[in-house]
Amino acid sequence: MDVFYPIQKFSDWLVFEVLTVSKDSHLGEAFSFFVYDSLKIIFLLVLINYFMAVVRYFLPVEKMRDFLVSRKWYGLDYLLASAFGTITPFCTCSSIPLFIGFLEAGIPLGVTFSFLITSPLVNQVAIVLFAGLFGWKITILYVISAILLGVVGGFILNKLKLEKYVADYVWQIRSQKNVIEKTKEKISVLLKSFWFEGWAMTKKIIPYVLIGIGVGALIHGYVPSGLFENYITSENLFAVPIATLVAVPMYANAVGVIPIMQALVEKGIPLGTAMAFMMAVVGLSLPEALILKRVMKIKLLLYFFGITTINIMIIGYLFNLFIR
Amino acid sequence: MKIQVLGSGCPTCKKFHEVVKKAVEELNLGIEVEYIPEVQKLIELGLMSSPVLVMNDKPVIVGFVGEVEKVKEKIKENI
Repeated sequence: MDVFYPIQKFSDWLVFEVLTVSKDSHLGEAFSFFVYDSLKIIFLLVLINYFMAVVRYFLPVEKMRDFLVSRKWYGLDYLLASAFGTITPFCTCSSIPLFIGFLEAGIPLGVTFSFLITSPLVNQVAIVLFAGLFGWKITILYVISAILLGVVGGFILNKLKLEKYVADYVWQIRSQKNVIEKTKEKISVLLKSFWFEGWAMTKKIIPYVLIGIGVGALIHGYVPSGLFENYITSENLFAVPIATLVAVPMYANAVGVIPIMQALVEKGIPLGTAMAFMMAVVGLSLPEALILKRVMKIKLLLYFFGITTINIMIIGYLFNLFIR
Repeated sequence: MKIQVLGSGCPTCKKFHEVVKKAVEELNLGIEVEYIPEVQKLIELGLMSSPVLVMNDKPVIVGFVGEVEKVKEKIKENI
């Protein structure tokens, strides 16, 4: 049985019985979609944000960095850095400290890029939205693609030997080793603080999630299915590159984009094209480029954006080819 | 006693600065809380997450904490 069956029942009851919106109207369709999806996703968010608060307590990013430099990894470090990227929360304002901190610790530039590429694409909220809207199979494929994107991108960037294009002052920063001892807290206190942290996170993103689902619901209810099919089919070879290039300068959080993307896919836009669009919006943006310019010379920035853009297009094509 | 908030200049860091200011005020310490939005300082302390509450050059809280009471507790522990 579907675990979300009670939520479906509740939202049907609320929309069709209590608010007496007709089941067959556009409004009814959009409304029930909105109620069901937002309830389901908020429920999942509460769970996963709690879980992530626990993970972050035991595995802060400083610890990941130390783990990466603890020994020689013979290439496995690209995968590890990407995987770490998936569990760290990412906002563009944390990319600079991470970038400098990784390099300062002696992590290779390419491995640092692996982290930087994957981190904005996958986080717990994106995973919940994906799973809630697309199901687990697509979610797992998405996460694997995002990790591959980081690993391959980082590997290529490393091979290009671009260290000289990192802003010079970055190499001069030296850090003292600082161990922050954690005060021993009682389990009950910890569990409570995890709850607070997780809930604070959930509360912060709920508005964005609701806006995203709201727009998705409108598309779901009002846009006739098949509208896009004449323009954007998976046979149209230019769709993926155009969608990607349009999206690169734009910035939006994964949270807002995923519900809209799901609604569009349902209306006939090929999954790979939508996915490439989303990855480019979330992973690369003009604001991020401006921030990263503080630590990278323009050439490095262009390589980083160029290679990531091409890889995103490849992922888009692969999805269009293999996932129906 | 020196109390500083280090950050990367992001909105969360500014908010954290306000929380710390309030905590220090409520504790009647009479100390000015310094706000340093410089990434370099963070890295020099061996940290990568922001914001950070630093007391006498020692990181005390890493990452955003919104509750004034909790911040007060940490300050008292490290005074």
